[in-house]
Amino acid sequence: MILARVLGNIVASTKNHRYDNASIMLCQQVTPEGDETAMTVLALNAVDAGVGDTVLIVQEGWGASTASTGKPGAAIDSAIVGVVDYVDLLKDEQ
Amino acid sequence: MQLARVIGTVVATIKNDSLEGRTLLVVQTLNKDLEPKGSPMIAVDSVGAGVGELVFWCRGKEASFPFKREDTPTDCTIIGIVDSDLHVTQG
Repeated sequence: MILARVLGNIVASTKNHRYDNASIMLCQQVTPEGDETAMTVLALNAVDAGVGDTVLIVQEGWGASTASTGKPGAAIDSAIVGVVDYVDLLKDEQ
Repeated sequence: MQLARVIGTVVATIKNDSLEGRTLLVVQTLNKDLEPKGSPMIAVDSVGAGVGELVFWCRGKEASFPFKREDTPTDCTIIGIVDSDLHVTQG
């Protein structure tokens, strides 16, 4: 799983039918310290995360598909599966 | 999944039988500000996308799921067309 921050969302009327009723969020990967990295990713929202939230994104198809649509086997490679309250790091790591 | 712009098409006469009739498109992945990021890639289309459109694609094994997944060799498939550039919102 990766840590990311939700930047916004996208609207797509034409899409794979398994994406019906799902919200597609635009996210930016962050470091455990909260710094932004250059990597952005689209992820289905399985937990009602909002813009600005730090989230956990699973990037494994079976888990991502099951979490966001209730069934495996969809063309989904990333899903938001948690909203992070905080990350506790050892002092040495900070 | 990543945002991308369709920038071209690929014509391949000789290909795996299961790719018969599929459209191969050249896609340029974009960052959050819709600027090009990395090198262009070839993606199989599953939604009827065309050149110039803003789309998003799926990577890995899951890319074959819109098709007969046991035997469609793809690791990058276009699975949605974003309505317009303005439909990518931030903040």
